[in-house]
Amino acid sequence: MSSDRLPRLLALVPYLMSHPGAEVPEVAELFGLSEKQLIDDLQLVWMCGLPGHTPGDLIDVSWDGGEIIIDNADTIARPLKLGVDEASALLVALRMLGELPEFKDMDVLGRVIAKLESAAGEGAATVSAQVQVEIGAAPGAHAAITDATRRRRRLSLRYYVPGRDEITPREVDPIRVVLVEGRHYLEGWCYRAEAMRMFRVDRIVEVEILDVPADPPAEAEPMDVTEGVFRPSESDELVELELTAMGRWVAEYYPCEEVTELGEGRLRVTLRVRDQSWLVRLALRLGENGTVIAPPSLTEQVADAARQALANYEHMA
Amino acid sequence: MSRRKTERLLNLVICLLATHRPLSAEQIRQAVPGYDPDNDEAFQRMFERDKNELREIGIPIDVHKDPWDDDPGYRIVRESYELPEITLEHDEAAVIGLAAQVWQRASLAEAASGALLKLRAGGVRADLSPSPLELRVDTRDPAFPPLWEAVRDRRAVTFGYRRAAGESVLTRTVEPWGVVSRRGRWYVVGHDRDRGASRVFRLGRIVGTVTPIGRPGSVIVPEGVDLRAMVGFQEMGVERTALVRVRRGTCLGLRRAAQELRPGRDGWDEAELTFSDPEWLAGWIASLGSDAVVVGPPDAREAVIRRLKGALQ
Repeated sequence: MSSDRLPRLLALVPYLMSHPGAEVPEVAELFGLSEKQLIDDLQLVWMCGLPGHTPGDLIDVSWDGGEIIIDNADTIARPLKLGVDEASALLVALRMLGELPEFKDMDVLGRVIAKLESAAGEGAATVSAQVQVEIGAAPGAHAAITDATRRRRRLSLRYYVPGRDEITPREVDPIRVVLVEGRHYLEGWCYRAEAMRMFRVDRIVEVEILDVPADPPAEAEPMDVTEGVFRPSESDELVELELTAMGRWVAEYYPCEEVTELGEGRLRVTLRVRDQSWLVRLALRLGENGTVIAPPSLTEQVADAARQALANYEHMA
Repeated sequence: MSRRKTERLLNLVICLLATHRPLSAEQIRQAVPGYDPDNDEAFQRMFERDKNELREIGIPIDVHKDPWDDDPGYRIVRESYELPEITLEHDEAAVIGLAAQVWQRASLAEAASGALLKLRAGGVRADLSPSPLELRVDTRDPAFPPLWEAVRDRRAVTFGYRRAAGESVLTRTVEPWGVVSRRGRWYVVGHDRDRGASRVFRLGRIVGTVTPIGRPGSVIVPEGVDLRAMVGFQEMGVERTALVRVRRGTCLGLRRAAQELRPGRDGWDEAELTFSDPEWLAGWIASLGSDAVVVGPPDAREAVIRRLKGALQ
């Protein structure tokens, strides 16, 4: 058993005291345990109690029929106070929420923060003021999108795709609004792609809430954004780039399959690319600070694009 | 941790909370099952370890030393152990639920869910029903956990740092005042001891481990310091206007960002763009290939030409 068992027991007992008759499955889920592990915890608690350890001193637990009843545990009936990290983790997140338009005119965050700070003590309040998550101003489409998501209404969008430099019309059934890596996204079922898509809200050129209820198909499952929004697929082409120290930012911005230090700050990276025109644009942007090593056909495409662009400057000169 | 040890520690917590007067180590040895009754040295070692483990999870153990008594006494003061009564309205519980899901990586995600569990154990009914709003903050930088701890403990740190375009990694010694996430990236703000001035460092450019130095509590955060302004200041520069010719029907993103847009000759339009860093502008315009041409100012124009020539090789 892991070393978090004691902290867990010190939360489990008060939880059971304040929720008499709680069911085994629901409590197990809440504490992230299997039912067997939970029963094992209950059996352990049942062996503990006040000094003397006569039956009258021990904590009494029963789970007959799946309902948990606990008694004689008054000494640890309240949970342990919040640690500095615990309170700060919540406080920093709450302060961040305060920057969202949804919470701008509501006093609920202020109330919660005040309650938590008074429960947690001074340390957490100070730390949480020193860790700050800034959310950029919400793009114009944000309010309409949030509204449609809450009311489950279909959206009609005009959406800008920079990789192809085009604006496409789409109908989308919104599933949720996500803030990740400092950006707002709409996630929903896109009828044009016949698939779930993430739309950057700042690239939505126009939005209209349709008078149609959102009705996404059963397979419309939100994606896991834990590893970032952009997840390359195995079928995307592998491209190898060499970057100078000035071009290293590429490895910071885009998920790379491989990164090799070449000395003097230079890097060789391998990334998966869905759209070749996106990579050509990246290579033009990098100029002398990035070179496409493979595939050779892409190296050629980049050079062609650069020649054509330079021709414009010769004409004008 | 073995089951026996967990049992012993739980009994120890109950014993120290239940007692009204401090108990000596010997009294605790008698009262709590699991301590060695015969070997004094083994008991002392085990008791020391147990106290440390309880303190590590945030349990405050009071030590009383009476001048007329050789042995110290121990107890846990209920008021400093217990979570105070806290009641949340329905809307308050809902935002706590939302806040608890923000962190994505081990250290803070565990801290947030630990806090939520304690609040619920204390009777708060936090709402975890799926919300149409989901907020995620990533702290994937390996430098984040040690810097959070350094800020929390007010300790100076040293780390290797690679400048934006620099070729070498230099060691920096910094008194951290805070960490700020801006546009999805983390920065640490503080006093750079080597330079004798305040500085901002990007966590993604920290190389290797962040090592705390000096005693906890030794960093003093200046009164009224504005962490965000310090991070934002880095990105500001003098703003100028560039004139860019764009091929008709292309460069939709650029057109959206333009301050001014007017039709030109021969199938081209003219856009005015505000910029502060010519290199940043050059990168953007070069990426648009033959659909956009910088007319001026000259330094921005030259910067684009240099990039395009660079991409030829």
